[in-house]
Amino acid sequence: MLAATVRVTRDLTTAEESVQDAYVAALSAWARDGVPDRPGAWLTTVARRNALNAMARRHTLQAKLPLLVEPDVSEAVDPSRDTIPDDRLRLVFTCCHPALAREAQVALTLRLLCGVTTADIAAAFLVSEPTMAARLTRAKKKIAAAAIPYAVPGPEDLPARLDAVLTVVHLLYTTAHTAPSGDTLVRVDLAERALDLVRMLHALLPREREVAGLLALLLVHQARQVTRTDARGRLARLEDQDRDAWDHGAIAEADRLVVAALRAGPPGRFTLQAAIAALHAQAPSHSETDWPQILTLYDRLLAVWASPVVALNRAVAVAMVDGPAAALEEVEALEHDGRLAAYRYLPATKADLLRRLGRHEEAIEAYRAALALTDNATERAFLVERLG
Amino acid sequence: MPQYAVLIYENVPPEELPPEVQAAHLGLPGRVAEAGGRVVAGIGLHESSTATAIRGELLTDGPFIETKEELGGVFVIEARDLDHALALAKMTPIVDGGVEVRPLIGFEVVEES
Repeated sequence: MLAATVRVTRDLTTAEESVQDAYVAALSAWARDGVPDRPGAWLTTVARRNALNAMARRHTLQAKLPLLVEPDVSEAVDPSRDTIPDDRLRLVFTCCHPALAREAQVALTLRLLCGVTTADIAAAFLVSEPTMAARLTRAKKKIAAAAIPYAVPGPEDLPARLDAVLTVVHLLYTTAHTAPSGDTLVRVDLAERALDLVRMLHALLPREREVAGLLALLLVHQARQVTRTDARGRLARLEDQDRDAWDHGAIAEADRLVVAALRAGPPGRFTLQAAIAALHAQAPSHSETDWPQILTLYDRLLAVWASPVVALNRAVAVAMVDGPAAALEEVEALEHDGRLAAYRYLPATKADLLRRLGRHEEAIEAYRAALALTDNATERAFLVERLG
Repeated sequence: MPQYAVLIYENVPPEELPPEVQAAHLGLPGRVAEAGGRVVAGIGLHESSTATAIRGELLTDGPFIETKEELGGVFVIEARDLDHALALAKMTPIVDGGVEVRPLIGFEVVEES
């Protein structure tokens, strides 16, 4: 509904206010006249009318400033044509426009597509509410002032723009699942919103393989969610998790999505990550994990996504296929590279490899380095235990 | 149509720009028009060392803000929206630097009376 109203106003704040007013109007009108047959259409019509009136008033007041886009006043609301899904797509591409900083993209998506309150977004990203409110206001102002178009990108731009949208949704999910600091490892509500978003995108863009890839990836993560921490809230290693407790229905769904995406064309980074996650999830036990195939997938992932984090994760697979010494060489090369200097999983991985090679003094040093970079209490507890 | 300033940051001094780059600058308004936009105006600046900054009563030799990048010029374009403006701005020939695209509140040339 918000998305349909933004189409009229091109101004997010006015659209939000129009939607609020429509809900308020509904309370009294429906109490008096009964709930209409199609409440969604009623609300949308009223919201759009409110929006048009607000713009007309503003136009009179601010005659000298041109409207960025002329409202399509002649466009009748056709209740039989459901334009809302297209508008939600336009809204998500607008919120994730590359001219906006990543943190603004994330905040706007949560606020406007998921309806999360500013206070909850602030809490999720560990900033104060006024800071988050200012971030949202700035972003909306930029959209208006710079005339960021309210549109789904054309075919030439779509792959890059879609990648940005998927990155934002993925970031929402991973933020939910690893609090950068603080005590708990999981923020459940945010994860569900991210899943809802990617499901929506998959329904609206069924032929986009990378969307299917991200959905599969999140399904696998979600399927394993219950065993990530043990009964005492401590981080559990993959090899120690009870695989029977995983949601195998979700894993099967993810697998179907991955297979279909791989068949349909060259896989992008989300499809490849999903394929790796699915392989892990489908192994009957940790020792039966198909590490050679995982390593092959990591090689392909690194080819499409030259990220040092991917290289580090690949090194873990190298350790399982070629042994810890070979993997340690790769990790040390990454250390020299320097881009992962603040990334706690590098010293943590190095520590584990050194331990497996019997180099315990150096392993302790590396665990300590990892601890120094880690704020999350659950992860700290895990590392402290490794030290002991 | 909305208007934008395109600020040109070019570290190669204007007189040292290769002839094909200079020609590309001259041909820019035509290319922008072909792409559905319009160059409204353009300003070429002498290098930043020729600038004088004024703060209150204090005069300083050089630009207001010292930057590594040289502000070489500004031009004003009309475009349908930001995506269009960015596509047009990317046509600017740059050897070493980049451009900034900023929406305008307004643009006016004051007529002599």
